[in-house]
Amino acid sequence: MNEKIISHEELAMTSQTIKISARHVDVHYDKTHAIRGVSAEIPSNSVTAFIGPSGCGKSTFLRCLNRMNDTIKNCQVSGDILLDGEDIYDPKVDPVQLRAKVGMVFQKPNPFPKSIYDNVAYGPRIHGLARDKSDLDGIVEQALRRAAIWEEAKDRLSAPGTGLSGGQQQRVCIARAIATAPEVLLMDEPCSALDPIATAQIEELIDELRQNYAVVIVTHSMHQAARVSQQTAFFHMGTLVEFGDTKTIFTNPRDPRTESYITGRIG
Amino acid sequence: MSSNQHIRTAFDRDLDQLQAQMLRMGGLVEVAILEAAKSFETQDVQLADEVRAADRIIDDIETQINEDVTSIIALQAPTARDLRLLLSILKVAGNLERIGDYAKNMAKRTHLLLQLPNIENSSSSLRRLSREVQLMLKDSLDAYVQRDTELAKDVIARDNDVDELYNGLFRQFVTHMMEDPRNITACLHLHFIAKNIERMGDHVTSIAEQVVLVVTGRMPSESRPKGDRTSIDVTLSQE
Amino acid sequence: MIEPNPHKSLFVASAQNKRRATAEKRFHMLGLTAIFIALSMLAILMTTIVAKGSGAFQQSFITLDVALLEAKLDKKGTRNPDNLKKVTTFGYAPLIKAAFEQVVVARGIETDLTSKDMAAIVSKSAAAQMRDRVLNDPRLIGTTAEFKFLANSWIDGYLKGRVTRETIANNKNISIAQLDFADRLIELGIIEKSFNIQFILGADASDQRPEDAGIGVAIIGSFAMMCVVLLLALPIGVAASVYLEEFAPENRLTDFIEVNVANLAAVPSIVFGILGLAFFINMMHFPQSAPLVGGLVLTLMTLPTIIISTRAALKAVPPSIRSAALGVGASKMQTTIHHVLPLAAPGILTGTILGLAQALGETAPLLLIGMIGYVATNMPETVSQGLLSPNSAMPAQIYEWAKRADPAFYERAWGGIIILLIFLVTMNLIAVRLRRRFERRW
Repeated sequence: MNEKIISHEELAMTSQTIKISARHVDVHYDKTHAIRGVSAEIPSNSVTAFIGPSGCGKSTFLRCLNRMNDTIKNCQVSGDILLDGEDIYDPKVDPVQLRAKVGMVFQKPNPFPKSIYDNVAYGPRIHGLARDKSDLDGIVEQALRRAAIWEEAKDRLSAPGTGLSGGQQQRVCIARAIATAPEVLLMDEPCSALDPIATAQIEELIDELRQNYAVVIVTHSMHQAARVSQQTAFFHMGTLVEFGDTKTIFTNPRDPRTESYITGRIG
Repeated sequence: MSSNQHIRTAFDRDLDQLQAQMLRMGGLVEVAILEAAKSFETQDVQLADEVRAADRIIDDIETQINEDVTSIIALQAPTARDLRLLLSILKVAGNLERIGDYAKNMAKRTHLLLQLPNIENSSSSLRRLSREVQLMLKDSLDAYVQRDTELAKDVIARDNDVDELYNGLFRQFVTHMMEDPRNITACLHLHFIAKNIERMGDHVTSIAEQVVLVVTGRMPSESRPKGDRTSIDVTLSQE
Repeated sequence: MIEPNPHKSLFVASAQNKRRATAEKRFHMLGLTAIFIALSMLAILMTTIVAKGSGAFQQSFITLDVALLEAKLDKKGTRNPDNLKKVTTFGYAPLIKAAFEQVVVARGIETDLTSKDMAAIVSKSAAAQMRDRVLNDPRLIGTTAEFKFLANSWIDGYLKGRVTRETIANNKNISIAQLDFADRLIELGIIEKSFNIQFILGADASDQRPEDAGIGVAIIGSFAMMCVVLLLALPIGVAASVYLEEFAPENRLTDFIEVNVANLAAVPSIVFGILGLAFFINMMHFPQSAPLVGGLVLTLMTLPTIIISTRAALKAVPPSIRSAALGVGASKMQTTIHHVLPLAAPGILTGTILGLAQALGETAPLLLIGMIGYVATNMPETVSQGLLSPNSAMPAQIYEWAKRADPAFYERAWGGIIILLIFLVTMNLIAVRLRRRFERRW
């Protein structure tokens, strides 16, 4: 009668595949060295959180993962970032196509000033993912369901997306991102513009989303990272100080800098 | 609008799991109490050994519960009732582990007492005492699950009876020891067992107090009945 | 010391507060005075324009019954259009004289004037007017029809108070006896002022017939030019702006372009006129005085305005929309066309309308390409004629009228100004309405 109790997290970790693999990534803005030699592995069907003080580079690194940094002038990215083994900075890769596979949700909810339907349908339309109207309807419905906003939106699909509350708008933005059938969902501080109830609802949603997507979330609230993620990466001044299992990071981190940040001893 | 469910269902899942672990531990401890008493009464050495081995599992669960509570506090930052609940689970687990240890201790002495002269009525008295404590434990755990403060307060009051029973046994053993000095060794061991059972009762009372704390946010106002007067009343030891 | 002083009452004003309050009141008064001055200037301007120009919308008309004698108009009696056309306005003139003679007899008017002098009070366009009507409807021949003729500009001036018996002392065109005659006719209700739609719709007329002059053809000329400006300046301007704002790399060349566009907006308009003359007319041999050329010149002039206002509209679209579109996987082109331009459209529209309004009132460039000094007498028949045949524009027409000697034209110049202002105010109001309606709250 010698039972060892295994936590369900440990069970999950052993069977995970790596979705994104970053190796020695450096980012320079003009003269500033914003990201210094960061290497990390993002598993699929799991939530990875990036935490760290302001200006530590977590958002910059996030934006490397879908090449949004390409749109910023004078931004140089070096190193390897592999999505399912393919280097996303390879010249053969079209960033437009990449961004259909790696979706993004932003800090301030930014639905297009079009109808809810058109908001969600825009991505599938420009990537040619729907054969006909009924196909597109199906995609829109599934996306809105997965974003937990179908019940509230189904009777007002033609109403403008900007007429909803903050939390609802953010869920429409999440639906818009997942409508292009991505494999990875990047979220840049998705709850910072929302009130606590809406935040809790989005966190619950993120917990459901990890069944289908690899989710990477940047958050300035380490408590949110603790609640929501399975892996946590602590960034400080452009370097990745520690990356590991969330439970370990928050109960017994290896690096003293991580401990200082989490216990509120450094900002 | 209040709801018993957290918006984030993962939190609820974790809390439910913890409580289930704790109840499992409680069940194992109840079994340990009864089997220890039985092994003593029926002089079943094998049963006594089983009780001692099973205590390892109880200790493992307590370690696991400690880890899980630490983890939940670190990751979920619970507040109000959630926080009291988690801290109470820690205390209850600690109390259960101590009760389990006392039961193991009882079982350990069974070996010894086999080789010593039998003291009449001792085993039935001890059985009664342990049965009393086991019932209190069962009720306190029920009170915990149902968040029933009345039942908890009842359990706290019954500790008095346990203490009275113990006082009675104390006098008995003193009598036996004065009658025949060859009984002293046996009686001392029996006394330790009785004391341990009495202490088990105190730990169960502590568990019941946690119920009140979780539900109301305050420890029960009536002070714990201290029926054990052996340490202050000299007349008890004189006959 | 930053400790609060506990004993100062809020109900008592300190000396400093009093000084500040006085200063603020002074400032307030200054502002009101400035507004008052500006508004009174505006009021003076408006009343002057309306007072001087409203007269142009009314003309004096003479109502006469004219016997359309077959003997004079259709000798053969066949009503053959070719034959009818052979009768020129000279043939119609005697009929007017006869009509006056009849009226004098019928109404018992006492006068010493000859029928020729009587007929002279009618506009010289009267005979042409009669001829046009008869040719349109030959059944009128042989009947007596009522005609409403324009009075000549002197009689008209008399009714409007411009012409008095003193002012015409040395005037060969009109005599006191004719004025007396006119008085009688006014009493009888044969001459009266009424609203003259021809002023707005009709063509310009020669020096001799100011009463007949209208701004209609010039309006068509202006309209043709505005169409050219809209069709050319809007797409080119928006495309240039989109390139500069969304796609241009940040380097010296782009800065150079931007600086020059801003400077172009400040170039005097007459420079564009010289450019038009040299390039469009002399080098490319476009027809002179054509609205097409005028439109091209004004396009060049309006382009910087449209580029600048379009850039402002594009900059006002928040970058979060662009990020959202790019994040979903839209290319830069798709982002611009599907999202940025529709949101910037109200701003672009407003800027375009304002640019057009500005171009509508420009006169100097038109000077050099020949649209001033051209007498716009013919309504263009087809679109190509409207663009390529020589024409005038509203501001040019006004200038032209103001130049002519006859005070009747002067009055028409003011009337033209009123019409031009109505156009400009309407366009500006539309721009303001549009801007208000589409103002977005992000």
